[in-house]
Amino acid sequence: MSSLGSQWRCGFLRRVAVVGVGVTPLKPATPEVSYKELIFDAALKAYADAGVNPRRDVESFVCSSEDFYEGTSIFDEYVPDQVGGAQKPVCTISADGIYSLANAYMQILTGLFDVVAVEAHSKASDIVNISPVYDLALDPVYVRPLGLNANFVGGLEMNAFLHSSRANLAHCNMVIEKNRKNALSNPLAMNSTYAAPTRARVLSYPLFMEDVAPLADGAAVVVLAAEDIARNLRDDPVWLAGVGWASDSPNLETHDWDKATYAALAAKQAYRQAKISNPADEIQVAEVDDTYSFKELQHAEALKLASDGRAHQMLEHGLYDFDGGLPVNPSGGSIGMGHTLEMSGLVRVIEVVQQLRGAAGRHQVAGEVEKGVAQAWRGVPTASGAVVVLSR
Amino acid sequence: MEALSKTKPSKPFEPAGTGLKEEDLEHHKVLTIAYQPMVKYAWATGVAIGRFLDGLRAGEILGTKCDRCGRIAVPPRIFCEWCFKRSGEWIKLPDTGTVNTFSISYIATDTTRLKTPTIPAVIEIDSAGHAGFLHIIGEAKPEEVRIGMPVKAVWADPEKRKGSITDIRHFKPIR
Amino acid sequence: MLIKKRVAVVGAGMTKFMRRAQETGKELAFEAARQALDSAGMRIQDVDSVALGSAPDAFDGVHMKGEYLLDGAGAWQKPYSRNFVGGGTGVFSAIHGWWHVASGLFDTCLVVAEEKMSSCLPHPQTAFLTIFDNMIERPLGPNLIWIFALEMQRYMQKHKIPKEQIAQVAVKNKRNALDHPSAQIPRAATLQDIMNSEVLAWPVQRLDISPVSDGACAVLLASEDVARKITDSPVWIDGVGWNLDTTYWTNRDLYFPRYVANAARMAYDMAGITNPRKQIDFAEPYDPFDYKELHHMEGLLLCRKGEAPKLTAEGVTERDGKLPICPSGGLLGVGNPIAAAGLMKVCELFWQLRGEAGKRQVAGDPRTAVAQAWGDLMQIGTVVVMHA
Repeated sequence: MSSLGSQWRCGFLRRVAVVGVGVTPLKPATPEVSYKELIFDAALKAYADAGVNPRRDVESFVCSSEDFYEGTSIFDEYVPDQVGGAQKPVCTISADGIYSLANAYMQILTGLFDVVAVEAHSKASDIVNISPVYDLALDPVYVRPLGLNANFVGGLEMNAFLHSSRANLAHCNMVIEKNRKNALSNPLAMNSTYAAPTRARVLSYPLFMEDVAPLADGAAVVVLAAEDIARNLRDDPVWLAGVGWASDSPNLETHDWDKATYAALAAKQAYRQAKISNPADEIQVAEVDDTYSFKELQHAEALKLASDGRAHQMLEHGLYDFDGGLPVNPSGGSIGMGHTLEMSGLVRVIEVVQQLRGAAGRHQVAGEVEKGVAQAWRGVPTASGAVVVLSR
Repeated sequence: MEALSKTKPSKPFEPAGTGLKEEDLEHHKVLTIAYQPMVKYAWATGVAIGRFLDGLRAGEILGTKCDRCGRIAVPPRIFCEWCFKRSGEWIKLPDTGTVNTFSISYIATDTTRLKTPTIPAVIEIDSAGHAGFLHIIGEAKPEEVRIGMPVKAVWADPEKRKGSITDIRHFKPIR
Repeated sequence: MLIKKRVAVVGAGMTKFMRRAQETGKELAFEAARQALDSAGMRIQDVDSVALGSAPDAFDGVHMKGEYLLDGAGAWQKPYSRNFVGGGTGVFSAIHGWWHVASGLFDTCLVVAEEKMSSCLPHPQTAFLTIFDNMIERPLGPNLIWIFALEMQRYMQKHKIPKEQIAQVAVKNKRNALDHPSAQIPRAATLQDIMNSEVLAWPVQRLDISPVSDGACAVLLASEDVARKITDSPVWIDGVGWNLDTTYWTNRDLYFPRYVANAARMAYDMAGITNPRKQIDFAEPYDPFDYKELHHMEGLLLCRKGEAPKLTAEGVTERDGKLPICPSGGLLGVGNPIAAAGLMKVCELFWQLRGEAGKRQVAGDPRTAVAQAWGDLMQIGTVVVMHA
């Protein structure tokens, strides 16, 4: 039982809120600190934001990591100390930070805990070349012998999506331009200057270098608390209104090439819990995965922020702009801020939390922000992702 | 979910699985695919370990102290994991210690057999409470090593040190 | 505290544990999952969520191997995630699945634990180099056996335990495993066999170690109302606990796994167990090495520190003893496909508490039992208490 003393005793579904967030500014490389030190930084920020002492008040810790992103096997050995979890219930989920958030959420719903912290990080700069790591995720029997760089999966998807939705490279440019410009107002973003996309280098046609969000280092911690404790800690708790996550076929032979079905399934789950029937009308801000530029459009459709084949038209009409009717990736997304591997989802979540708190400073979107959605994709070659709906 | 019918207790089960023998692979009775992952990392040692390794290069064992609980951390870190507070001062520790536990190992990392055993040990560094690190015992016969044995670091020659745990070649018994 | 929903295990499945399986990881996962569903009379459509556990990706040479395995685990188009806590994963997977259902978010959860170690060449053990600290340990050229040897040495010295008493555990478990249909190479060993086996890293000898294996296990979890519709004999998960100690294992005294005790207390508290020694009918602690069974018996608070070897010598922990330990035959006897081995213990509890363990059945109508796994750098304890 948390030292903060929950009074909750009933059987209905508890409400759970985000009471603290901490994230380090994203950087292309962080040679001066180890990953432990980077995470400690984010943890200090999150616990200060929540007003909690992790050693006393946080009862469980859920961390995201994948061994091959770290270069260490059984990486969960190395997670507890820097988040304050030594000799406490700590576990690792091998997935994006939003999955860890969902698992932390479930832990609180059971009644076992009242306060749980979630951690995710990226030390991409410690990986000398990430391509062999991505390639290692390809099926060893059916796909790797083809000897292709894993980005080819992105290229195939992009081609199928553009063909089926009738979007084109100009729309992908719009995504890149929008997100790079949005990032200029975001002090956490990696880049402080704007450059228009030039499409100078092809990666795996129609995927160009610029369609791929650049890698970044960073760490993020989010603190969740059950309702009564959340209300004691903050005047502005941000509620988890719904969570969902899903995996489509992991085999490329049965991969859904034009649609992000995993995101649609995850969103359906989250929206049902959040009682959202018309997302495009009821959501005021969306942070979706844009690891590749076209994915933002594909995910927007999966999340029903546009009907199928229409996201690029919404984009054209400025609906998704920072000052549009439904800002998508006001943070700048991964394209603008930097791509932090499995931490990406938490970066999206933290942005939505700040928007709902009215604390996003120079990148605060206009109008009353009541509900927001954050979404993650686990990257090539997966068809897995998670969605969380947050509300005031 | 449809209406479910209750099951009777399960019968003793027949576990699935087809075991293979080494000969099945050697005689190509099954198809195999080989792949060598070539993944490289260059880890930032960061503030704490970076300084610790610099210390080793200079022939010193460094630790950090927590101002709140007084614990000395070796290997050093920038925070005390018990107090969750930034560490205080850096301390130069003696290069002597005590064997906390040890083993006599006849197998190498790649599982091949060693003629001369390696003696890994956890060395508690003097004056650091029971804190210490993993290293090797050298200049000792296996049968003379014991828990509680006092040992001293044997350093590599200064020009050969490169800021690595192997700048200490091994720990030898203090006789 | 009030847990939202009571959760039961309603089905279990397990493949053979083999040194080298022809089946791929996906196929192993499928076989176990299929069997778990069949044993409960359920279909994959009845499964609301899937939780998978599997130990290092380095064994398979597949990055994000949780993704690779998900179709075999029945997770297609379902909410699916993978937990990973080293050797603790097998039992932890049941806990991971437990909170899916106990939260009220899902009615059912299929828990799958799979391990295919044989793909790793020249030997799965070589993959373990990378579990050591990348900066200050790997340059020393460590071998996995080192950490067990260092811990075993400390435990033996602290309590002055003769090696024979430790080896007795291997004798017991290998004998118990003769009655387990999944056992890798069911072969009894005498005390002399163990004591004469090749020294790898003193005090560890070859037969102190459980055999490396491929295999998979699965259990189907359901919330109370659903469980009672599926079966007349659900087995309740009434206590869960897990605890991860500091990474700095060289700053800790290894003679006692305090993190296992922490996890056990958490699980016992939840299950309302105040006197584990009296209230636990039998236990399946994690036994990758023979001394670990003893270490964990003490960590599980089933006896005093240093007392476990004595209980073993007195026959208390035999299958027909007062406190049977590893009636399944454990990892030492059945095999050690890391994550699957832990879940195997949960499966054993399920079968024993329903009276379905056949020749392994513990007498006296057991009602309450505990399964435990352990892992990382002598660091994590994962515990479940189950009740018939």
